[in-house]
Amino acid sequence: MRITPVGDSALRIELGERIDEATSQRVHAACAALDAAAIPGLTELVPAYTTVTAHYDVPAAVAAGAPVDDIAGWLSARAELALGKLSGKSARKAANVEIPVCFGGEFGPDLARVAAHAKLSPEEVVKRHAAAHYTVALVGFSPGFPYLIGLPPVLATPRLAQPRAQVPAGSVGIAGGQTGVYPLATPGGWNLIGRTPLRLFRPEQNPPVLLQPGDRVRFRAITREEFARQEAAR
Amino acid sequence: MISVVKPGLLTTVQDLGRFGYQKFGVVVGGALDRFAARVMNSLVGNDEEAALLEFAQLGPELRFEADALIAWTGADFGARIGGELLSADRAVRVRAGETVAFGAARVGVRGWLAVAGGIEVPLVLGSRTTYRRGGFGGFEGRPLRAGDGLRCGDASEWARRYLGKAPRISTWSVRPPTLGKPPLAGAVRAMRGPEWDWFAVEAQRLFFANEWTATKDADRMGVRLAGPELPQRASREMVSEGVADGVVQVPAGGAPIVLLPSRQTVGGYPRIAVVATVDLGRLAQLAPGRTVRFEEISVAEAHGLYLARERDLNRVRTGLARLAL
Repeated sequence: MRITPVGDSALRIELGERIDEATSQRVHAACAALDAAAIPGLTELVPAYTTVTAHYDVPAAVAAGAPVDDIAGWLSARAELALGKLSGKSARKAANVEIPVCFGGEFGPDLARVAAHAKLSPEEVVKRHAAAHYTVALVGFSPGFPYLIGLPPVLATPRLAQPRAQVPAGSVGIAGGQTGVYPLATPGGWNLIGRTPLRLFRPEQNPPVLLQPGDRVRFRAITREEFARQEAAR
Repeated sequence: MISVVKPGLLTTVQDLGRFGYQKFGVVVGGALDRFAARVMNSLVGNDEEAALLEFAQLGPELRFEADALIAWTGADFGARIGGELLSADRAVRVRAGETVAFGAARVGVRGWLAVAGGIEVPLVLGSRTTYRRGGFGGFEGRPLRAGDGLRCGDASEWARRYLGKAPRISTWSVRPPTLGKPPLAGAVRAMRGPEWDWFAVEAQRLFFANEWTATKDADRMGVRLAGPELPQRASREMVSEGVADGVVQVPAGGAPIVLLPSRQTVGGYPRIAVVATVDLGRLAQLAPGRTVRFEEISVAEAHGLYLARERDLNRVRTGLARLAL
């Protein structure tokens, strides 16, 4: 573990170097440990694949006793202490979330491209994508956008050469070895293989997201009719 | 009530930002110069977190339906009521029925207008900041349009008492050095970024030695700078992780981008430097074609500057509290 400053308002806590399930678990366990330690001055923890970024408030840290000439050092020392007994366990109980997806057709215009790249049939791509177990490593890019670990390597497909100006909300995509779901209509260059009727971002609720870092995800193939039914019911 | 006669360009409701939701990918946003927003709110007797208006390049024209106490700052927008110029950084009394008109920005880019009582819009995820891409927060999640009506909250006891005897324009003002105002005097102070060592020695030297030019490619998320390429020692792929305001990231093309408050929550480009919080507001004023230089300071020095500025603001607040009594 290494803690280094990101300017004068954040610390970067490194918990590994590679994108894998074990590192991701350490990242989420570290977030839980830092949350539990309630270090004065720390305002937000942002977990990513291999790091936690801890944002802080300078006057709050000083009010809690941080020496004015070494605020970052004081916060780092407390973070190190909190992470000293880090176990592999995350305190927050990870949710298991099933995401219904209508694959292919107008909802998944790049399914054929992914299939060709993997040298599989489109049906086989859907089967393997939906059979895998995923973990939410981080949520970012846009509100509620989950970056998932667990895509079967054979399905890895390069991004589109030309990003789309607008990807419809709910689109399920693949980019390199990553898979994720677009919660909002935004520009994007991922290969779109299907769409979910679920709302991943809902600012009127708290938490405003369906998926949180650390959650477990499965995809389930649904028909057009079920998609329409669920979309109408939400 | 304030009626929007002309909306200006990108006039939005902002506060200090939406905090606590970055782990869910929700951008912080907020006034691009948070310190200026805090000072303007203080001048009209508001809490620092009160919502105010931010505008860019062309300011709005606003009709006040009731007496109000306002304060504005930022670029020179030539603000006026009828033929009367309204100086920045002072409390200004507006009478019911009067129209406050801002013109086009000269020198800088952005301006902020605080009103006693604050702009009353619903809190979404704890903030009144407009998040345009998500279409929520602020006034219906979008920039203002002609015909919109903005409600104001209740003015504080201080503001009401002051308004009772206020001249059109206050005889006092905050000293401009307290505020990050254009023109950009001196270099912008910055620290080495987390990936500083990834860059070639020549790139490290150039970053602090070169005079960078602001491009048209600038918005609330960041400002792209034009100048020499900043090569890395070796081509390395970065794993996406959390970023912060002021981060200077360098994409493969080599032109640095300085991130502003509406930045994304995570990024995957190497960060050569991070701008000090006290100098962030000045970057929001970089008009296309203007130049900027960076000067290296340590994290501890940046914290010292930050705390000194907080003491400045406390003195302003103390002075104001005494003023009306």
